[in-house]
Amino acid sequence: MTGPSRSPDGATINFTFDGRPLKARAGDTLAAALLANGIGLVGRSFKYHRPRGIMTAGIEEPNALVTVGEGGRAEPNTRATDVFVYEGLVARSQNRWPSLSFDLGAVFGLFSKALPAGFYYKTFFGPAKLWLVYEWFIRRAAGLGNAPQEADPDRYSQRAAFCDVLVVGGGPAGLQAAVDAADAGKRVILVEQDAELGGSLLRDPHDLGPDWTSTMAARIRDAGGTILMRTTASGYWEHDLVTLVQRITEPGQVPTDGTAQRLWHVRAGKVILATGCIERPIAFAHNDRPGVMLSQAVRTYVRRFGVLPGKRVVIATNNDDAYLTAQTLSDAGAEVVAILDARSALSATASEAQGRFTVHTNAVPKAATGGMHQLKSVKATVSAQDVSYDADLLAVSGGFTPVTHLHMQAGGTLDFSDEAQAFVAAECRQNVETIGSAANPPAALPLALHGDPKTSFVDFQNDVSIADIDLAWAEGYRSVEHLKRYTTLGMATDQGKTSNMAALARLAERQHASIPDAGLTTFRPPYTPVTMGLLAGRNHRDAGAHVRRLALWNQHQAAKPIWQPAGYWMRPRAFPRNGEDLATSARREAQTVRSAVGMTDVSSLAKFEVSGPDAAKFLEMICATSVAKLAIGRGRYTFMLREDGLVFDDGTVWRLDENRYLLTSSTGGADRMATHISYVRQVLHPELRVSAVNVQEHYAGIAVAGPLAKAALSAMIGTEPPRHMSLASATLAGVPVLLLGASYSGERAFEIYVEATHGAPVWAACETALAERGGCTYGLEAMEILRIEKGHVVVSGEVDGRLSPHDLGLAGMLNKAGGYVGEAGLSRPALAAPGRLQLVGLESLGGPIPEGSMLTLEKGVGAQGHVTAAAYRVMSGDPIALALLTDGRSRTGEELIASSPTRNQYVRVRVTAPHFYDPAGERYRD
Amino acid sequence: MMLIPCPHCGPRAQAEFVYERTLDSVVALDAGADDAMNSLFTRTNPRGVDEELWRHTYGCRAWMAVRRHRVTHEIESVQPVGPEALP
Repeated sequence: MTGPSRSPDGATINFTFDGRPLKARAGDTLAAALLANGIGLVGRSFKYHRPRGIMTAGIEEPNALVTVGEGGRAEPNTRATDVFVYEGLVARSQNRWPSLSFDLGAVFGLFSKALPAGFYYKTFFGPAKLWLVYEWFIRRAAGLGNAPQEADPDRYSQRAAFCDVLVVGGGPAGLQAAVDAADAGKRVILVEQDAELGGSLLRDPHDLGPDWTSTMAARIRDAGGTILMRTTASGYWEHDLVTLVQRITEPGQVPTDGTAQRLWHVRAGKVILATGCIERPIAFAHNDRPGVMLSQAVRTYVRRFGVLPGKRVVIATNNDDAYLTAQTLSDAGAEVVAILDARSALSATASEAQGRFTVHTNAVPKAATGGMHQLKSVKATVSAQDVSYDADLLAVSGGFTPVTHLHMQAGGTLDFSDEAQAFVAAECRQNVETIGSAANPPAALPLALHGDPKTSFVDFQNDVSIADIDLAWAEGYRSVEHLKRYTTLGMATDQGKTSNMAALARLAERQHASIPDAGLTTFRPPYTPVTMGLLAGRNHRDAGAHVRRLALWNQHQAAKPIWQPAGYWMRPRAFPRNGEDLATSARREAQTVRSAVGMTDVSSLAKFEVSGPDAAKFLEMICATSVAKLAIGRGRYTFMLREDGLVFDDGTVWRLDENRYLLTSSTGGADRMATHISYVRQVLHPELRVSAVNVQEHYAGIAVAGPLAKAALSAMIGTEPPRHMSLASATLAGVPVLLLGASYSGERAFEIYVEATHGAPVWAACETALAERGGCTYGLEAMEILRIEKGHVVVSGEVDGRLSPHDLGLAGMLNKAGGYVGEAGLSRPALAAPGRLQLVGLESLGGPIPEGSMLTLEKGVGAQGHVTAAAYRVMSGDPIALALLTDGRSRTGEELIASSPTRNQYVRVRVTAPHFYDPAGERYRD
Repeated sequence: MMLIPCPHCGPRAQAEFVYERTLDSVVALDAGADDAMNSLFTRTNPRGVDEELWRHTYGCRAWMAVRRHRVTHEIESVQPVGPEALP
């Protein structure tokens, strides 16, 4: 159907709907273009597959939801009223099979009794097996669009901005407010979600002149203001931060510069909401049929788009605004069959219209009838008499709901306007003001239901009818929040923009309360649906998580290791040779360390340089072990407690000089440790004369371990290397290095620290020295096997945040003088009571011990603890493990079952001490 | 997202900060076990103004004491802590 002002010659944009090629005109929304092509049926409803058409002309559209675009660009549930047609647009209808006109799912509509409110909940009361049937049925039947299966090829950007005044809404009120602010010298941002400025001026006659909108826009821009089109203010957050969603391209469109949408964070001095109103539908039987349209939407299609949505029109209203629709339709050549005015007396506007139109007072629609694509007739009650009209369009106006969403998100309160039968913005703690028709909605009458409640829809998108609300009430759901969740009212992608007031009115009627007393649900961001890609912005794919590369990344990469993420770092897991798999490579590497010498990158360990006169005092707060007695040039194992007394990290502390220490701790806990250190430094004891600097990335670290490590190092530095737990400075490959005699593997070993930028020659020298002695590089996997055999705990393995030093067998090292973080928490009697998990070793009496398995007395019965790390003796291959076992230290020799029911693995194990290799530490000694 | 006036950097977006803990959950190193546990696990949690420790992680990295209304998010004051704040 084409209106008088629309010439078919102007239709030059090609698009398709369900594969059918169609033409649109520049500036058309998809809805306008579909109507212009005579398409009334656009989608199927969520639950009952009822035929649905176009009801509105804005973002509030609940019915005309389509999928726009193809492949990764496909955007489901796009409102046909909120996408502007572009060349090549591909739109598809949703929730129908095999086709929109012939939808088998519509058969569910005949059985709508089977899907009442709370259907999901009720099915749970039946036999569990039936649920499987229901679920299959529901998942196939209910729903809207499908999420795209391919990755979105487009980019989404994010931007921050500041302004003195942010105006939301580019209608007459918003434009005037923006010009006033700009004239007053304020920095102004005006946002408009439509593609054109003007708001109501686009559909209604006015006397501001044809150029008013463009003149106002020019004044804003000339004053330095910004106008953002196709931009929705979607969230109002604390301290006047508003998030804007800017559509650079339309849904499904290929962006010209790759960027599809932009998310703005605007911190505003003041926010002015000129957001207007949303027209309310009226509840009557079959009020969801194609051909039932909101009155203002009809005007928009006729005046803005030149499309006449019907030729014989009935208008149903409770206010004066719809009379403008009658005049607009009449001017466009349509026949206005009747105006049904719910009010009992003629208003001035109605009296004035009576000469030109058939106006009935006390008149309300009762039912719409028609086919799938088109309306046929309107049944009404006029002064208690039943009347029927032949009509192909029913324009309805049930009053106007101000768009108060942003005001509410800002923490504002609402007042109820009896005159408008609507909530309007009241107070707000944030700097926000509502103006225009959003602040002063037109007067309207309360509207009751006339017609069958079962097909009188309130929430069109979720198929919630008046009968569903009544049922919820009958079943005892009294509060509006319960009603919402039970019936899913207002929970669809439109968030009840057209439905809330009608539902509230019905609930209030049931409660015998006023609408404001019935209450309101909470308004939350976003105002309209936001695509996930926009929230992710550039932080997706590889940029989704930080990857830190070791200083020696290039050296490792040349050896083609298997990489493993560790904390933020990528570390080599193994260095396979000649096509070895991970396990083979790791075992060879570990055996080389035990029998000759190996080297590995330990750069990612947390490292802190602590210096100053109070350095030792400070470290004795951080560490639960004694530090003060450490001699210069010596180091010691240490561990740290949380304030509740449980171990959260471990490492080593080295005294570099009189008042200078190096503290190391775990890779994964590095950030946590940095925070903890700054907490003690800045909050607990700011008076200490100490400096604690995070030097984690300042040094590259190389561990050289094995019976030949000392010889290899001697050769490289030309002198005797430091003894175990001693340190020395040296020159290696011409580079100054710090050597620590420290071992994690159980072998005589050294950690070489070198300024990160000078790591490469040191690594190369070590590789050469090791190659001469039959050594090799080793990765995290070999390191793990070596440390398990040695019985060293690891943070996030055995140190799981639930164990005390006593549980881990570390109590003997606690600083008896106290004064460390966690001392008070550790003194709780429960931490010393029997029944706690303790660190033990396990030897297998069968095959390999399943990692992560439970320790049970019998198969599947009597849980006693769990395996934290499983491996094997490096040289013999006998399976061993570390475990946490209830009162474990007193259970040496006991036999248990390591049970992994999910893998169906059950292995007999014997409890041992957690040291399988060189328990006396003789291999460290020179 | 709140706007937090950092005493060192000026007003900055909340995204630059990390909330650490309430001020009444700071456990002195010489606290007894009962006091320490009360501070950690049974705090006041007022529906109103509370004192909190925040850290400007993506700025000056300093800790600060923030008096904030926990319903309206109004920030009454922000005080520096640490060596610089000592008298």
